[in-house]
Amino acid sequence: MTKFIELVVNGLSVGSVYALIALGFVIIFKATEVVNFAHASLLLVGGYITAVFHDDIGFLPALAAGMLTAAVVGMLVEFLVLRRGRTSDHGVLAIVTIGVDILLTTELVRRIGTDVLDLGDPWGSQSVTFAGITIPQTRIAALLVATVLITAFLLAFRYTTWGVAMRAAAEDSETASLMGIKLSRVSLGAWAVAGALAAVAALFLTVFPTPGLDRNTSLVALKAFPAAILGGLDSTTGALVGGLIVGLTESLATGYQDQLHFLGHGLSGVAPYVVMVLILLARPAGLFGTRELTRV
Amino acid sequence: MASAMLAIRDLTVNYGRSVQALRGVSLEVAPGTVTAVLGANGAGKTTLLRAISGTLGFHRGTVDGGTITYGDQQLSGLQPPAVVARGVVQVPEGRRIFGRLTVDENLRAGGLGAASRSGAAATRERILELFPVLAERHKQRAGLLSGGEQQMLAIGRALMAAPKVLLLDEPTLGLAPMMAERIGETIAAINEQGTSVLLIEQNAALALRLATNAYVLEVGSVALSGTSAELSASDEVRRRYLGVGETDEGGPLHREDRPKLTRWAG
Repeated sequence: MTKFIELVVNGLSVGSVYALIALGFVIIFKATEVVNFAHASLLLVGGYITAVFHDDIGFLPALAAGMLTAAVVGMLVEFLVLRRGRTSDHGVLAIVTIGVDILLTTELVRRIGTDVLDLGDPWGSQSVTFAGITIPQTRIAALLVATVLITAFLLAFRYTTWGVAMRAAAEDSETASLMGIKLSRVSLGAWAVAGALAAVAALFLTVFPTPGLDRNTSLVALKAFPAAILGGLDSTTGALVGGLIVGLTESLATGYQDQLHFLGHGLSGVAPYVVMVLILLARPAGLFGTRELTRV
Repeated sequence: MASAMLAIRDLTVNYGRSVQALRGVSLEVAPGTVTAVLGANGAGKTTLLRAISGTLGFHRGTVDGGTITYGDQQLSGLQPPAVVARGVVQVPEGRRIFGRLTVDENLRAGGLGAASRSGAAATRERILELFPVLAERHKQRAGLLSGGEQQMLAIGRALMAAPKVLLLDEPTLGLAPMMAERIGETIAAINEQGTSVLLIEQNAALALRLATNAYVLEVGSVALSGTSAELSASDEVRRRYLGVGETDEGGPLHREDRPKLTRWAG
């Protein structure tokens, strides 16, 4: 039982980090209808900047710098690449983001080399023991920070002018522009927020028990894709639920791999995708996605 | 509210390379008046409004000639938000309210493009006075409103931008006659408060009653224009848009011309 609770808490914590990534992914999709395959490289940018600067300026300022840089890089991708594309075909733009991802990741991997970078987080490898349950501090921090950020985001999405503009534009961009909403600003904002959230996610993907930021961190970030997709690409709620499902699945599959031995080794890596496929079989638009309606 | 003239001169609009939707259309909306544009489906009425509001790009359309000016300001070539900021606001065809947003949020979205946001609260009050039903349902999702209520919301939303010229695209489309009357009265009330209106309507009787001047568009060009009184009296308009036939040509078949169906006649 203790093990189960530990695994669940761990899963929720990792899941909330995936939710941060998936949320950014969904915001960009809602605002621009572009599937952003460069998301993992935004995350890597944020993590790299935090790793490079934390020695000189301290952890929190470095994290802020990482968030800012990832936000700016996101905005630059939108401004310099996607907006210049003389096509309104979202499929083409999505493929363009794959190119952007390759460029950014290649450069970062060249800089990181074979190093494993430490992000200078204050929690280290300490854990908290409560009623026989042992949880690493980093996992608790991840859960708290992600909860705060996600709540702040959802409140802003619901109540601020930015949120109203964003939701109006997501629902009907042409009419939103007839109301005087500047679509270019909405999409820049979406990329910035997505970048900043990804940078925070980078921190929590690389803290204990993970050794640190290395060239493969962007691969870990890919697990947020099934999270966004199984939740429904255009739903913020879906991103949250999807993130948690993927986190829990992964954590439980890792924890009980001895019992699940008949399914073979490395099940935890595949499990999120298996869950995604199963959910999509039942609900092709994801759990909370808008079903594509076609008028005949 | 000082209002200027919205003037369109020799406007030519194409969709893609081959479809010419408007050819050399000239039209004026005098300050403080209601101007109606009539025409059948495909005559280019909606295209005209898209050109004014700058949303042709969403439909791969381009302005290939002519000018659109409001007062001494050039509107053609501006992005939609810039047109709104100059006081020219459109209520699109089919209402296009944000169904997943609440009534309040729809109104808020409408105010986002206003030139100044200082009077937003007062504007909102006036709109809720004009449409009390919106006040009653202000927390509901807009998608749950009835067709007529959605049209009121669409008009209210546009009014949040404090327009000097309101462009209305078929506001009574698909509404029950009572509701259409009600929308008509509202348009008159809005106009009385000093907003010029460019009204596109298929309901010619209603449009001609509200408008001072009217234009008839046919396959992309102005076929007729004049004061509403002149147009209401014109045979052409009466026959084709008001459904009152005084000539035999072109109108609906006369009853007695039709062969009797013996089986039914007994």
